[in-house]
Amino acid sequence: MNSQTYDLVVIGTGPAGISAALEAATHNLKVLVLDEQPRPGGQIYRNVTAASAFVADLLGPDYRHGKGLTERLGHSNVEVRFGATVWDVARDLTVTAQIEGQSFQVRPQQLIAATGAMERATPIPGWTLPGVLNAGAAQIALKSSGAIPSGRVVLAGGGPLLLLVACQLLDAGVSVVGVVETSPSSNRWRALRYLPAALASSAYLAKGARMLWRLRQAEVPMFSAATSLRVEGGERARALSFKSNGIEHCVDADVVLLHHGVVPNTQMSRLLRVEHDWDDEQMAWKPHVDAWGETSLPGFRIAGDGAGIAGALAAESLGVLSALGAARSLGRLSAADGERRAESVRRSLAKQLRIRPFLDSLYRPPRWLSNPPNETVVCRCEEVTAGRIREMAGLGCQGPNQTKFFSRCGMGPCQGRMCGLTVTQILCTELGRSPRQVGAYHIRSPLKPVTLGSIAALSKDATNTTTKPLGTT
Amino acid sequence: MFRAMLLPADQQRRLIELVVDGQHVPAREGETLAIALLNAGVVHFRHTPVSGQPRAPLCLMGVCFDCLVEVDGKQNVQSCMVQVCEGMQVRLPNGARSVGAAV
Repeated sequence: MNSQTYDLVVIGTGPAGISAALEAATHNLKVLVLDEQPRPGGQIYRNVTAASAFVADLLGPDYRHGKGLTERLGHSNVEVRFGATVWDVARDLTVTAQIEGQSFQVRPQQLIAATGAMERATPIPGWTLPGVLNAGAAQIALKSSGAIPSGRVVLAGGGPLLLLVACQLLDAGVSVVGVVETSPSSNRWRALRYLPAALASSAYLAKGARMLWRLRQAEVPMFSAATSLRVEGGERARALSFKSNGIEHCVDADVVLLHHGVVPNTQMSRLLRVEHDWDDEQMAWKPHVDAWGETSLPGFRIAGDGAGIAGALAAESLGVLSALGAARSLGRLSAADGERRAESVRRSLAKQLRIRPFLDSLYRPPRWLSNPPNETVVCRCEEVTAGRIREMAGLGCQGPNQTKFFSRCGMGPCQGRMCGLTVTQILCTELGRSPRQVGAYHIRSPLKPVTLGSIAALSKDATNTTTKPLGTT
Repeated sequence: MFRAMLLPADQQRRLIELVVDGQHVPAREGETLAIALLNAGVVHFRHTPVSGQPRAPLCLMGVCFDCLVEVDGKQNVQSCMVQVCEGMQVRLPNGARSVGAAV
């Protein structure tokens, strides 16, 4: 593989990655796709090729849609390597990845990262206790193993996924003892102005209404505009306490599922030091991309939720557009043909994006989420509290990289994935500055832990003049 | 904390056995180690290097790094990113990894 040249490398086999790879193949680009999971689908369609019929039924038609995508990938002649963890990308687009503990490099002409999103952190007191998971994690357990929480579950946060997971768990026979929504009531008024556009996506709205109805019908206790959330417990989560409509509540539970939307996973884009914008509606960083998905680094494109949360269907369109961009850049597609092909894709994309302003507004995270109480652990890896971050701002730290030097916040194994947004936002509040001014963590390779032995395999790679099969030394 | 849903017999995956801190633990082929451990009743996956606090998975998708365990002698492995296999030797860590501890 190391002695072959690729026109394009695509990282990720979620809807954006698969769509990009398939489109690129139709323009006769030589494509290599890498995914760290053993099977395609990303997170949204996780395990769709191997999920049991029982589980697939439970998850519904939106999940099963992924099967068509993954099947098309399987039937295509696109080269895919699973179990491949990309741990470095250089500015010249050289990708360094590892399979079974052996690293290798590929330098394509064009690179599309379709690495998607991750759940926003919900830093509340007690969130580090065993038994606290993201709502998406419970969905992953369901998708990948048909596994469900075994005791009482309380869900807390905001966003369509919160309600969806609550309903899916109900359908799976889980004891859902409460849904605690944190979206402030003012969100509803702010979202109203986007309602006309949202009504054009009535199917989507109907889905939401059905989920609410399902939860009410099952008599799941529902709470709104909750504040002062805290997970109670000593060695594990025992309950969730909160305030709602002026009343203090404490819901006993064995598992607490938190969710405040998803945000782009910017590890790779930060590593490559491309331009990022702060999206104040989504309260997250987005790598800046053009109409063909290209970042400020020529040849490096980001497709799908990794460039801004737009959903699974939009990810397919964005994947196609980035592949068209790559084909155009390589001279395999004329500008005219590219525009022609892109026209219908952009129309689909526009339709898929119609619901977003309404959703983003309705489920905008509450202000208190980005300003947790002092006792709250913000950096889970190094156990640095919000209070410590505020202390450092008071001592003169101007940004997350400085607070990192002084406190180790952001130096742990997760490399700032869990704490990055929160630290930036706390500093914004303390310093009275914008996220753009405060900045984000500088990210360095390796993106995932690698052994010296794995890195050493690179030199064997470089001195080999013949292609060796993967997995041999 | 978790359990496998009851699936029709023809949709259940093959049962295999892991060894977790010396105990034999059942798992299903094709699932991740993190989920197998959750299903087996493991509540504390590890204790943190900084203060010894107990931790368990948060994200199950490889970004939180709270599911770190020792697998077949390799330390600090994200159990949510590893597929179970017959006879896998798992140890639940206490604190930071140690040099030369691989057995």
